[in-house]
Amino acid sequence: MPHKIVSKRQLSEDVFTAEIEAPLVAQARKPGQFVIISINNEYSERIPLTIANADPKRGTICLIWQRAGKTTTELADMQQGDEIANVTGPLGMPTHIDNFGTVVCVGGGIGNAPLLPIAKALKKAGNKIISILGAKSKELLILEDDFSQISDELIITTDDGSYGRKALVTEPLKEVCLRSEKPDQIFVIGPAIMMKFCCEVTKQFSIPTQVSLNTIMVDGTGMCGGCRVEFDGRAKFVCVDGPEFDGHKVDFDLMMKRLNAYKEQEQQAREQYKKHRCKIGRDK
Amino acid sequence: MTDKDRQELLKQILKKQETEKLKPTERYEIPSQDMPEQDPVKRRDNVNEVAVGYTETHARLEAMRCLQCKKAPCIKGCPVKIRIGDFVSAISDGDFKKALAVIKENSLLPAVCGRICPQEVQCQQTCTVGLKFKDPTKAVSIGRLERFVADLDKNNESVPAVAVETGMKVAVIGSGPGGIVAAADTRRAGHDVTIYEAFHKTGGVLVYGIPEFRLPKAIVQEEVDTLTKMGVKIVCNFVVGRTRTIEQLMKEDGFDAVYIGVGAGLPRFMGIEGESLVGVYSANEYLTRANLMRAYDFGSGADTPIARSKKVAVIGGGNVAMDSARTAVRLGAEKVYLVYRRTEKEMPARIEEVHHAKQEGIEFHILQSPKRIICDENSYVTAIECLKYRLGEPDESGRRRPIPIEGSEFQIEVDTVIIAIGNTANPLIRQTTPGLEFNKWGNIVVDENCKTSLEGVYAGGDIVSGAATVILAMGQGRIAAAAINDYLAKKKMS
Ligand SMILES: Cc1cc2nc3c(=O)[nH]c(=O)nc-3n(C[C@H](O)[C@H](O)[C@H](O)COP(=O)(O)OP(=O)(O)OC[C@H]3O[C@@H](n4cnc5c(N)ncnc54)[C@H](O)[C@@H]3O)c2cc1C
Ligand code: SF4
Ligand code: FES
Repeated sequence: MPHKIVSKRQLSEDVFTAEIEAPLVAQARKPGQFVIISINNEYSERIPLTIANADPKRGTICLIWQRAGKTTTELADMQQGDEIANVTGPLGMPTHIDNFGTVVCVGGGIGNAPLLPIAKALKKAGNKIISILGAKSKELLILEDDFSQISDELIITTDDGSYGRKALVTEPLKEVCLRSEKPDQIFVIGPAIMMKFCCEVTKQFSIPTQVSLNTIMVDGTGMCGGCRVEFDGRAKFVCVDGPEFDGHKVDFDLMMKRLNAYKEQEQQAREQYKKHRCKIGRDK
Repeated sequence: MTDKDRQELLKQILKKQETEKLKPTERYEIPSQDMPEQDPVKRRDNVNEVAVGYTETHARLEAMRCLQCKKAPCIKGCPVKIRIGDFVSAISDGDFKKALAVIKENSLLPAVCGRICPQEVQCQQTCTVGLKFKDPTKAVSIGRLERFVADLDKNNESVPAVAVETGMKVAVIGSGPGGIVAAADTRRAGHDVTIYEAFHKTGGVLVYGIPEFRLPKAIVQEEVDTLTKMGVKIVCNFVVGRTRTIEQLMKEDGFDAVYIGVGAGLPRFMGIEGESLVGVYSANEYLTRANLMRAYDFGSGADTPIARSKKVAVIGGGNVAMDSARTAVRLGAEKVYLVYRRTEKEMPARIEEVHHAKQEGIEFHILQSPKRIICDENSYVTAIECLKYRLGEPDESGRRRPIPIEGSEFQIEVDTVIIAIGNTANPLIRQTTPGLEFNKWGNIVVDENCKTSLEGVYAGGDIVSGAATVILAMGQGRIAAAAINDYLAKKKMS
């Protein structure tokens, strides 16, 4: 059963969002879970995307993605009314939501998307929410309004200082950890390198820190092990044991290397796709 | 033997048979018929099927080697008890339709089983002819004959008859060989059957694990198409336990019975240093990328990548290890090493696969096993460090236990490592189905009718027996379907 794109929007230069028909997933999904999609036929690449939101009544889920590889580029070229061949899910373990007390939600770049449903659920559970959102520049910051609605405090940083504070997210994170009212729990979702440095900060303060990992996946059901990370010296499968983990125990360096395993092929696929797109006149 | 000689021989025998029956000694004299194969060098560069199949002449000659033993030891070796003597004799008479009908009484997927059943440890192991020559490869080639008649039927459009609709609903979870058979048999009884499959494509291990060169995907697709024509509904991208639970299927969606055939599907790793480095794969991942996602067509129709390996080490000695090694060859690896802790004699892989692997240039490193995997500064695999082994006393499995030789470390230079040391049960169903009984290995506990601890829930295949075989999964799918049909008939009456 193909999945129709009900609506689609561009959030920033390379970030897009779409509402997609997937009634069963919309009904079953919980914050923190993801889907695996593939666009065209049985041989198109399967990629994981976090479910940013869902509307069980309308039977739709909301996905947010960054144009990077071939599949995300192709997805960005699709329009309202187009169909995605395969959407599987919801996959992974839902986030453990509790009333922790004060929670810091740190989002970087596209990571704000998967972070939002978690922050919402945490707010609903009675937590005090301090959100720290980082982006390269003002144009690349997404979901600021949504976060401001649910945050008791919102801190924005940009790398170039074009908006909010000119800093990396680790700076305000450290300051918050130093406050007399020490946070009880931290959630960090963003690029691997950012999660790594945030965890280094929070480890000094011994504050439990959950990260959400986005490794390369194939099946998403625990069958292949391609998504594995080194966790506390042992292999864990991100698609079934995660995607969320205690960030203090994840080997981020190795994970980043694994994320780059197919760099060469990905580049080739993207270039081929772009050429093809020019030919069929989709490129504007 | 040339084709001409073969035809000549068949003619002579047929002529002779007009007047008298062949004597056993005359049957022994008929040379055993090898199956024509693609050239080993050429086939390294393609994914087409290696064994190209018997001709009619091959098949009839091979069938004439059968002695029609009264005790039929071959049938005892067959997990689904096909009437082997009868179908083989029909082939020698040239009545291929009848031969197929006999097989289909017990096996729904002869084109699959004829290709990938380990006949040498089943029906052919006990065959009188093989025993006479003291060589299982000289037994009557039951599997090749089975494949021959199944392939003749290839474009057959006929669809098995379906009984009057009963209004009862059956859910089949997983579309592997067990699920396919369970779906066909329950549908035939008139139930409303839906298959739920986690992947975007049906067939289970037959499509994601076993490579095209051993089992063409078109054959599996045909079987699935037949199910659709019979009115079985197929829902892909549906992960039971995540999309819906078994409880929801039964309580909310109105299913009266469930067959669980989700396979083994959780790859085992060795727990050695370096197992998550870049370039280390489980066999499941490597084969899924290559087979299901067609990574060998990357850039021309498929866009799932796979490592561009030059030197590959495959760890393990089973079919999965052979399939991985032979796939690596076809993906362009210059050197492929198969590293196994015991000796060739203990290898669980089929003899035919070992033979094909060697022909294709795969180097066997026996009595060796990796101790750690070594990488460069970018975490890319550069070598494996192995230990040498010797064989000790037999263990519980009856195979001699491998014992590492201290201080025997040495290195093999490789850029890719594929780990093929088996699978364990996927815990998803266990975690999401309260009341369902599992054993300590995580396999579902069933009785002789494949019934589980939950009413209306049946199970079969690798999730019950641990990693086993296609024919066992099919056999259990059939037993479970019969039990489901009984259960639903009773349920309807009450
Ligand atoms: C590489 C390889 C080579 C092999 N070679 C041989 C051989 O030569 N001869 C032989 O006899 N056997 C061989 N086997 C073993 C044989 O393939 C298996 O024993 C057999 O396929 C098991 O069948 P099954 O019915 O249990 O299901 P499987 O074939 O394991 O299929 C299970 C299906 O269920 C789906 N599934 C899993 N979880 C869920 C869920 N929660 N919801 C929905 N769907 C789900 C899976 O995606 C899969 O499609 C081989 C296995 C492998 C991996
Ligand atoms: S044991 Fe061998 S010779 Fe006897 S019936 Fe079976 S296949 Fe034929
Ligand atoms: S993606 Fe295959 S096991 Fe996680």
